[in-house]
Amino acid sequence: MAELFASTIWPVLLLVLRILGIVVPLLLAVAYLTYAERKIIAAMQLRQGPMVVGPYGLLQPLADGLKLFVKETVIPTGANKVVFILAPMITFILALVGWAVIPFGEGLVLADINVGVLYLFAVSSLGVYGIIMAGWASNSRYAFLGALRSSAQMVSYEIAIGFIIISVLISAGSLNLSEIVRAQQEQGWYVFWHFPMFVLFLVAILAETNRHPFDLPEDEASLVTGYNVEYSSMTFALFFLGEYANMILMSAITSVLFLGGWLPPLAIWPLTAIPGPLWLILKICLVLFVFVWARATLPRYRYDQLMRLGWKVLLPLSLAWVVLTAGVVVAFRTAPA
Amino acid sequence: MTAELFVWWMLALVAIASAVMVVSAKNPVHSVLFLILCFFNTAGMFVLAGAEFLAMILVVVYVGAVAVLFLFVVMMLDINFVRLREGFLNYLPVGALVGLVLLAELVLVGATWALKEPGPGVAVAEGIDNTRALGRLLYTEHFVVFQIAGLILLVAIVGAIALTLRQRVGVKRQDVARQVHRRPEETVTLVRVETGKGV
Repeated sequence: MAELFASTIWPVLLLVLRILGIVVPLLLAVAYLTYAERKIIAAMQLRQGPMVVGPYGLLQPLADGLKLFVKETVIPTGANKVVFILAPMITFILALVGWAVIPFGEGLVLADINVGVLYLFAVSSLGVYGIIMAGWASNSRYAFLGALRSSAQMVSYEIAIGFIIISVLISAGSLNLSEIVRAQQEQGWYVFWHFPMFVLFLVAILAETNRHPFDLPEDEASLVTGYNVEYSSMTFALFFLGEYANMILMSAITSVLFLGGWLPPLAIWPLTAIPGPLWLILKICLVLFVFVWARATLPRYRYDQLMRLGWKVLLPLSLAWVVLTAGVVVAFRTAPA
Repeated sequence: MTAELFVWWMLALVAIASAVMVVSAKNPVHSVLFLILCFFNTAGMFVLAGAEFLAMILVVVYVGAVAVLFLFVVMMLDINFVRLREGFLNYLPVGALVGLVLLAELVLVGATWALKEPGPGVAVAEGIDNTRALGRLLYTEHFVVFQIAGLILLVAIVGAIALTLRQRVGVKRQDVARQVHRRPEETVTLVRVETGKGV
């Protein structure tokens, strides 16, 4: 019994604890991201934002969560029930599983796999299923239109994201996220080397997470709210949590690929004293601020403009940058064998 | 090891079960969803076999792109489910025949593979992950074949575009460069309209 405990039960228990150690802070972060978003947008629009629940409205996310919990779950009669319920679950789960490969510090990663970047790319490319299944299963025209817009949009922008990631991979010479951060320790952050790609990546992740100014799938003026119009209570909450967890995940990917992950900006004393995970969190917050900033500032794109930006601007630019990066790496023989 | 074997069998069984459901599901959208489940389990088996690169590429390419387009198309089709089921028995003999031929071929390949002398095979050096090993093989030994495959794909792309592109006249398109280069003085004229008269 003791042997079984040491060989099987204890490692599994430890793994569950480590997963909880990521998921619980993440869900808290999601809750307070909604709060931060409302406060930042309020400040940009010279309003106060939530102020009523708790001091400075700090308990507002909890109140919102409670409200969603106690509401009634409505399943439309014409809906395809299994797919209808499966869709928000898929969205939420996919937003969480990506975190398995994000390195929080030197050796601080749940699964240090060699194809970490591909894994993240796979997870983000699956995100479209939650939305398209929701749109179809709702049996509603608005929801279906939102789902169609979303699937075309996400598939288009994934290609640009893929090419941008390839530029980073060529420089780092590895698909392992920890290795990419270590390569940035030697070569300098990729935000400097690949600055145009950093900007393109920020644009592409806005589109990939269906955020403003690319939130055509839930264009409330023309589609009510698009794919999630038929959802209520917890099923809606799962979509909501999934969308915000996805934003945080994409910010983390940006931080790891371009902003040096857990590394301090300069390797000098007061900066190195701050632990690595804290640096990563600071960088994630910085990218999240850009998300919110874009929402408060930019008007929504028209659908043909969105498609043109993805296929005629981001794709050729990122492809050209891949060729340039490969050329530079080969010319200066900095490629790892 | 036993746990790994258990997971392997579970993945294999779910893969086969979902493959059967792809054919037998009443609703075509459910068929595509089962196809995705099947891809997923196959990817899991690849991971267990140590081919993590292939597993991820399978998910990225087939599940993330190809199956999305399948789903996209199938959802848009206006299908009469009852009429769809009517032909099932008629097509069964042909389907069974194709299935049998495929099975026989697979058995033949497996048999020759099992009987063949174990050749030099894959000599992967220690400490090289399979992404790197695949890359080296593709870009050195099989470089020409790899390039030819790329060219064939390029021809397919050009062909698809040539077949579907139709130039329509009289369509108003947005030209960003022209819009950006427009000056107010070229496009806007200030007209003082007198009362009681039109412009």
